[in-house]
Amino acid sequence: MNVSATPASSAAVPTAAAPSVASGRNGLLLFAAFVAVMLVLPFFGGYPLFLMKVLCFALFACAFNLLIGFVGLLSFGHAMFFGLAAYVSGHVVKVLGWNMEMGILAGAAVAAVLGLITGAIAIRRQGIYFAMVTLALSQMVYFYCLQAPFTGGEDGIQSIPRNKLFGIFDMKNDLTMYYFVLAIFLLCFALIYRTIHSPFGQVLKAIRENEPRAISLGYQVDRYKLLAFVLSATLTGVAGAIKAQVFQLASLTDVTWQMSGEVVLMTLVGGMGTVFGPVVGAAIIIGMQNYLASLGEWVLVVQGLIFVIVVLLFRKGIVGEIADRFKRKG
Amino acid sequence: MFELLGIPPQAFFGQLLLGLINGAFYALLSLGLAVIFGLLNVINFTHGAQYMMGAFGAWMLLNWLGVPFWVSLVVVPILVGIFGMVLERLFLKKLYHLDHLYGLLLTFGMALIIEGLYRRQFGSSGQPFENPIPGGINLGFMFLPYYRAFIIAASLVVCLATWYMIERTKLGSYLRAATERPDLVQAMGINVPRMVTLTYGFGVGLAALGGVLAAPAYQVNPTMGANLIIVVFAVVVIGGMGSILGSILTGFGLGIIEGLTKVFYPQGSAIVIFVIMAIVLMIKPAGLFGKQK
Repeated sequence: MNVSATPASSAAVPTAAAPSVASGRNGLLLFAAFVAVMLVLPFFGGYPLFLMKVLCFALFACAFNLLIGFVGLLSFGHAMFFGLAAYVSGHVVKVLGWNMEMGILAGAAVAAVLGLITGAIAIRRQGIYFAMVTLALSQMVYFYCLQAPFTGGEDGIQSIPRNKLFGIFDMKNDLTMYYFVLAIFLLCFALIYRTIHSPFGQVLKAIRENEPRAISLGYQVDRYKLLAFVLSATLTGVAGAIKAQVFQLASLTDVTWQMSGEVVLMTLVGGMGTVFGPVVGAAIIIGMQNYLASLGEWVLVVQGLIFVIVVLLFRKGIVGEIADRFKRKG
Repeated sequence: MFELLGIPPQAFFGQLLLGLINGAFYALLSLGLAVIFGLLNVINFTHGAQYMMGAFGAWMLLNWLGVPFWVSLVVVPILVGIFGMVLERLFLKKLYHLDHLYGLLLTFGMALIIEGLYRRQFGSSGQPFENPIPGGINLGFMFLPYYRAFIIAASLVVCLATWYMIERTKLGSYLRAATERPDLVQAMGINVPRMVTLTYGFGVGLAALGGVLAAPAYQVNPTMGANLIIVVFAVVVIGGMGSILGSILTGFGLGIIEGLTKVFYPQGSAIVIFVIMAIVLMIKPAGLFGKQK
């Protein structure tokens, strides 16, 4: 129904992003290089707290990308999983005195349940409506967090202690914490990679490319979508819970629609539907926020400008464009 | 009966009136969204920012140039509408051949830019705006301020006029035809791209009109649009975007329900519309007045 009168060929969002760079041997090499760099980075001037922040948001963006990039569902409410998981893990660690790993698991579990409920509602609509429904549902969670007694309202949950990991390891040291966060990130990243390249992932891509066809082939499309949604929500929950543990803070910022917008921006900048794109995007946006923190309200303007520029000029994102370049040469 | 429930009738009707006023804005904004979506297939995330621009437009004209409210009521929607048309020509136009999600992302970015600029200029606290028709009338069971009655009447008139224009005039028939098959309408010699631009401008103008109307009722605040637009999205999902009258009815109805919730269960008033949205999606996924494609 668009004006240029090509009703049949409305290309799905991420199809533009080619099959990821990270398939096959090249991808493995790239991944190994990434791991090596991340392992030594703290010794070459990488500030652990900053790196951990990047890793948290990289995981957040990767989990979000699982939906938009590989199922074609644009969720505009992923902050609800991120923020609620942060609150829950902060609460059980601070008030109930649970170990750190239990705190993270609790956050992830709550995000999974919330994902199951909201996912079941949201997947009843497609496309733009899906985005609006997820946005509205996350706003509901925001108001819940504003009023619920355990979240501390406007103050949030502050000075969450870094309890011992498994009751043994002391996590007060930022470097120890960094390697723990890196390990979790790599684990989740591997899980996402495995999911994308499994038969399940192939079905997801089939749904993204042509949903009616997938239905006609006998796939129960709604179940696949819901499962992908819950997986994405759970991993987002892990990211939120880690963030609460690292910064010892869970606050309303993590549940706002601005946070949902930020993760969309990271994924868009890096490249929707690419394996490494969200990581690159998260690093860029977090780095930018660090440098622009002094600019105050301008940050909002800059973020908006990036949105507009990326959507108009390079929709495939940084990693997507690079992958394209390589393919044309090869 | 109200005394039995422990609620004084003054409070009851007062909240009902506030609900109706909120509903008037929901109706104006969701109507604009529906008109734009019908022809452009774009969900206009900038709608909230344009509503805010309407309110600030009236404020700036009044405080900087001394232009009275009643002039702003006409001039500001036109100015903001023209601004919208420029945005459409410069940016939105380039995305029509792509997936609709890109339109959403682009308008989201534009909303961030506009809101950021206003926040930098005016800060996040609200600016007061003088009530153009002070006073009110005592109806016996409640006090009705004139301006509040005016908001509801103005919104109703504009909504119904829009409905009449789209459903009953020749111009409207072109619009409806272009919504179905833009290529065929273009083949009949009608300039569809120009129609698209004007439609976007019209929808944006409706949002700005809502903003001007809202200025004396609420404070003028850079974040006023962002908070409203999410609720309006939920209203649009509940009503479905298939019918103009449906949008108007849903907008006012949900405003009233929200007001009543404030009376009987104040904690739930912020989320009641979202809860209704979830329920409607379970029972009738296409929305109350929508058609499932």
